[in-house]
Amino acid sequence: MTILEYDGTFEGLLTVVFEVYEHKLGLVKVCREGITQQVFFDDKRSIASNAAKANRVLKGLTQRLSAGGVQRLYAAHLSEILGEEDNLLGFIRYAFSSSEAVESDYGNKYVNRVSEVIKMVRREKHRMEAFVRFQKMADGIFYASVEPDFNVLPLILPHFKKRYADQRWIIYDLKRAYGIYYDLNEVEFVQLDFASGTQYNKTIISSYSEDEMLYQALWKDYFKHVNIPARKNTKLHLQHIPKRYWKHLTEKF
Amino acid sequence: MNDERIREKLSILADAAKYDVSCASSGSKRKNDNKGLGDASNGICHTYTEDGRCVSLLKILLTNHCIFDCAYCVSRKSNDIKRAAFTVQEVVDLTMNFYRRNYIEGLFLSSGIFKDADYTMERLVRIAKKLRTEHKFNGYIHLKSIPGASDELMREAGLYADRLSVNLELPTEAGLKLLAPDKNQKDMIKPMNFIKNEIILRKEEKTLFKKAPLFAPAGQSTQMVIGATPENDQQILYTANHFYNSFNLKRVYYSGYVPVSNDNRLPGLSSAVPMVRENRLYQADWLMRFYGFNVREIVDQQNPHLDLDIDPKLSWAIRNMQYFPVDINKADLQMILRVPGIGLQSAQKLVSARKFGKLNWENLKAMGIAINRARYFITCNSQDFERRELSGTKIKQFILAESQSKYLKQKPNQLSLF
Ligand code: SF4
Repeated sequence: MTILEYDGTFEGLLTVVFEVYEHKLGLVKVCREGITQQVFFDDKRSIASNAAKANRVLKGLTQRLSAGGVQRLYAAHLSEILGEEDNLLGFIRYAFSSSEAVESDYGNKYVNRVSEVIKMVRREKHRMEAFVRFQKMADGIFYASVEPDFNVLPLILPHFKKRYADQRWIIYDLKRAYGIYYDLNEVEFVQLDFASGTQYNKTIISSYSEDEMLYQALWKDYFKHVNIPARKNTKLHLQHIPKRYWKHLTEKF
Repeated sequence: MNDERIREKLSILADAAKYDVSCASSGSKRKNDNKGLGDASNGICHTYTEDGRCVSLLKILLTNHCIFDCAYCVSRKSNDIKRAAFTVQEVVDLTMNFYRRNYIEGLFLSSGIFKDADYTMERLVRIAKKLRTEHKFNGYIHLKSIPGASDELMREAGLYADRLSVNLELPTEAGLKLLAPDKNQKDMIKPMNFIKNEIILRKEEKTLFKKAPLFAPAGQSTQMVIGATPENDQQILYTANHFYNSFNLKRVYYSGYVPVSNDNRLPGLSSAVPMVRENRLYQADWLMRFYGFNVREIVDQQNPHLDLDIDPKLSWAIRNMQYFPVDINKADLQMILRVPGIGLQSAQKLVSARKFGKLNWENLKAMGIAINRARYFITCNSQDFERRELSGTKIKQFILAESQSKYLKQKPNQLSLF
């Protein structure tokens, strides 16, 4: 078995696919750099991302898959689940080997698994579209921090850009230490120094706009008063909003 | 703005609005083309109440002052409670600021009736208009029409709102007479008809002129209170079915009566909210709207009540064992949708996957089908299938026994669709 190490990007993964075909590699295992387990007997190679090679694979995939098919693979890749690359590779190999459109062949284990992963990532995307809570800063920027299970900022970007077109905003992923910033024209990826510091919360609160506290209080009031105690159902509540998200939900902190 | 005062108003007027169950914010397609704020497409639940209901909209009353005295309503005239009223500007500010923070998808505004219907409706419309025109707000707006409001105001409301609703309140005219003597079904049907016709008219215009204004693009919905009056499920579902068909309603909501009064015309204050029944009604409603069931297949003279211990699809299946088992690799989608344990998504998945080869139990399981229910009703590419000639009653017992042991292990009062 050959171990193929890559940089963890989607481009990198597509480059890996290119190499697999180029060198006719049979049994392979794909790993992100830095998380490869110790190997004794296997052959290990590092694959550097290469835009030209990746693009050739991309072109092939676009022809094989339905519209949106590549986008879905990209979403699955953003799950960053350990070892998931092997299923993606399995899926891609199956797609290239078959003359039919394989995406709905859920009897195939790779196709079924990839569709499951996509479902998980999509769910997280929807959760983030719902659970982002902006806080208004004195300089007029609306700031939100999140810690999603998967790396979904690239997926939620279009939604927020469309919706909040008339306000500047930042959504920051604390876990992955990067964010997206919309300046009324474009969205760019940013890194904030203070976000890793211990004074994080203090810094945020001290930069609030004048009416921020009032609206947070109003939202909490609202949340409390729409509840109907006679219908209380904690299990269902927790199923919809698992505890790990509470930290960033205004109505919950 | 006086902080304490506005907080108090919000508490009172959210409290009074919460019994209206509909919170959907989907079905519209308002885009953010003017670089304003927001859009309305597929509804998002931004949070969930502790009773597990979706919170998608800022749902408030403009005021809880009311000249009517509907027995089932907390805001009824004779009830001794604190009253409050928002100003138009206050509602606009709350909506904008909540929306900007991604708390909500939009506004769901209704109101008690103060002075008269038009006076109240005019204010609701003014709020919607202000949001749309002055603030370029493209989020979702649902206005609840005040029964008896003039056509003029209804027409204007439809220009700014995504959805309009008129609550039926109770499933039958008799129930209404008993509990809401100030109201009658005619007053509700008239505006529903008006909205329906206006929507059709605007749609026709739209095909002629691309730029014709939207009119309530998310359609209209209604709500009935369940369990306050003695109607059976057959009456309720037939009424719902009638309104779906005659008024092109998008949704009918069923709201289990939450005791708010010790009026002797109503269930007492200590009676439980009929939550299971409410859930069964929603399941039945889904069967009618998405699974191709006719209302008569779900309830009829012989079965006027939905089973409380099993869902209506399973209930239909065990009454109609002559249709089963179905061969999963051959049956058409319509029939597969009728198999207990197979939902909409897995039915579609299954139908596209079987083109690639025959499916067996492994495949079905991987696609998310609830085998422990479905297995009594299907065969697939396997020698292994239910060979006993089981009666419907027997199957029900098996399924119940199995789900009860699961039920005890986890999820004590979770309710879900199928
Ligand atoms: S008219 Fe509406 S607000 Fe007034 S009492 Fe009846 S249901 Fe309640």
